[in-house]
Amino acid sequence: MSEIVLSLQKLHKRFGALQATNDVSLNLRPGEIHALIGPNGAGKSTLIGQIAGSLRPDEGRVYLADTDITHMSIAERARLGLGRSFQVSSLAEPLSVMRNVMMGVQALQSHSFRFWKPVARDQQLLKPAYEALERMQLSHRAWTPVFELSHGERRQVEVACALALKPRALLLDEPMAGLGPEGSAKLTELLEALKLEVPILLIEHDMEAVFRLADRISVLVAGSVIAHGDSHAIKQDPRVREAYLGDSDA
Amino acid sequence: MINTTPLSKNAAPATHAESHFDRKGLVQMILLGLLLLLPVAAYFLGHTYYVNLASRVTIIAMAAVGLNLAIGYGGMVSFGHAAYFGLGGYVAGISAYHAFDMTPFMSWPFSVPGSDSLLVVWLAAVVLCALLALAIGAISLRTTGVYFIMITLAFAQMIYYFANSWPTYGGQDGLPIYIRNTLPQVGNNLLDSSDALTYFLICFTGLMLAMALTSRLMKSRFGAALTMARLNDVRLATAGVSPYPIRLVAFVISAAITGLAGALYADLNGFVSPSMLSWHFSGELMVIVILGGVGRLYGPLAGAVLFVMMETFLGGITEYWQLFLGLVLLGVVLFAKHGVMGWLAGSERNE
Ligand SMILES: Nc1ncnc2c1ncn2[C@@H]1O[C@H](COP(=O)(O)OP(=O)(O)O)[C@@H](O)[C@H]1O
Ligand SMILES: [Mg+2]
Repeated sequence: MSEIVLSLQKLHKRFGALQATNDVSLNLRPGEIHALIGPNGAGKSTLIGQIAGSLRPDEGRVYLADTDITHMSIAERARLGLGRSFQVSSLAEPLSVMRNVMMGVQALQSHSFRFWKPVARDQQLLKPAYEALERMQLSHRAWTPVFELSHGERRQVEVACALALKPRALLLDEPMAGLGPEGSAKLTELLEALKLEVPILLIEHDMEAVFRLADRISVLVAGSVIAHGDSHAIKQDPRVREAYLGDSDA
Repeated sequence: MINTTPLSKNAAPATHAESHFDRKGLVQMILLGLLLLLPVAAYFLGHTYYVNLASRVTIIAMAAVGLNLAIGYGGMVSFGHAAYFGLGGYVAGISAYHAFDMTPFMSWPFSVPGSDSLLVVWLAAVVLCALLALAIGAISLRTTGVYFIMITLAFAQMIYYFANSWPTYGGQDGLPIYIRNTLPQVGNNLLDSSDALTYFLICFTGLMLAMALTSRLMKSRFGAALTMARLNDVRLATAGVSPYPIRLVAFVISAAITGLAGALYADLNGFVSPSMLSWHFSGELMVIVILGGVGRLYGPLAGAVLFVMMETFLGGITEYWQLFLGLVLLGVVLFAKHGVMGWLAGSERNE
């Protein structure tokens, strides 16, 4: 149990008649990237929502290491070390990149009911935030407002925000979407370096990136995990080919 | 870029930010200078009326500084800040009433006497408004958007009708304050609160403190969290900070500032009535914040000057002055998104 960083146990979630998550159990081990693939509407983002706390599962539990986080708020989970990026990037756009990243550092250090000391000169906040940005090769953009950034840079900022939490696990929802081949390749490289430190649950449509990065792959279709294994096994799995990869290139 | 780590905002290109600071600083200094010097001049020329008018502007500005913290910095559009303004006013009025009558405000479970001390009145106004806002905010902040506007209005209206129908303190006729509450005497009559100029200076100090507090607060960790709660609360939560308690504390501070202004207002007029609690006043405060510039430190002051001037001088000429107010508001909303301060001092750049 202690070897596992994140574990989902028999999660169920319904939206009215739609079974968006159907008895999903999976886990994340230290040092790995576990990819979650599946067609649009399979329930991947819904699953991330239940792990991060923006959605409550109807049944089942979520553990971060040995802690049951099923009923914790988003903020509590984040402080425990669950970092997340969104499918549609969600940042405070008028603020600088730095300001966005600093908030995670602030949350880790203390509560936010500190009314006096200005943050603009607070090295305790600035330094770790700057380091997180350097890890994502974004330090040259530290003082740029987010709305001036490219799509790909925003994705990197989201990951940097998550890194500021010194996360124990990262949840990344389609970080390569809309990046183009060059941006994808760059982010793939960054994630490859990152996974040794922080295991990543990665949702991704870019199959090239998935097969390169993932140590394990789970395939989600209509809310259920239909297959699970390493890249090789998934490529060969007939159900996956039928349901997802398409049989045409068989 | 390799050796120098730009760990402070000073490292960011600041050329246009500086020239822009000058213009903003200049506008702010002129505004403060006029507000301070005109009443002093009026006082020595013997026009007490204008000194009191300046006090009125100052107090209304302070009430709007409180509201601006909620609306402008916290993104909480409260349509019920008259509740705190009025409660502050009634604290001053009721306290003076019991001090004058030498009766206790309450005698059970413990005795609370009245007081004619401004310091006691201010402290009580701040504490009671904070408690009221804690209760109202705790419920209202569970909603957002138009529901939040409506629920804050509903709470304020409840208090309005309560004051209206409570005969002990004058009901709808209001409650006079026969002798203005006083400050402790230092030496001879240096701090005679019944003197118009002294009272103006007290109000001016209050306004400056409220603005300094807001400014300092918004630069702190708390301010950073509040800003993010306004801009993107999902991001704030994802970063590990729960938005709700941050908003609630900001709402409480906001109400305490507006409540202190209310206490000053009652003592200025020597009178408190339910009109201080009415939704008209909540609306006026909102208009002032929008006129001056939402989320601008000097916005409430600029807005209050404009509003009270129009009310006083246009109102003296025509009873339809609010028609002109409406036109000005329309102009500001359509053409100067950041209000009068944005128009005069340029837009503000976030870092
Ligand atoms: N809040 C919601 N209410 C109702 N239905 C939802 C909600 N969120 C997602 N869904 C539905 O659940 C299904 C899974 O959605 P999602 O998790 O976003 O899929 P994926 O990320 O795999 O593309 C979709 O059919 C979607 O329409
Ligand atoms: Mg999705």
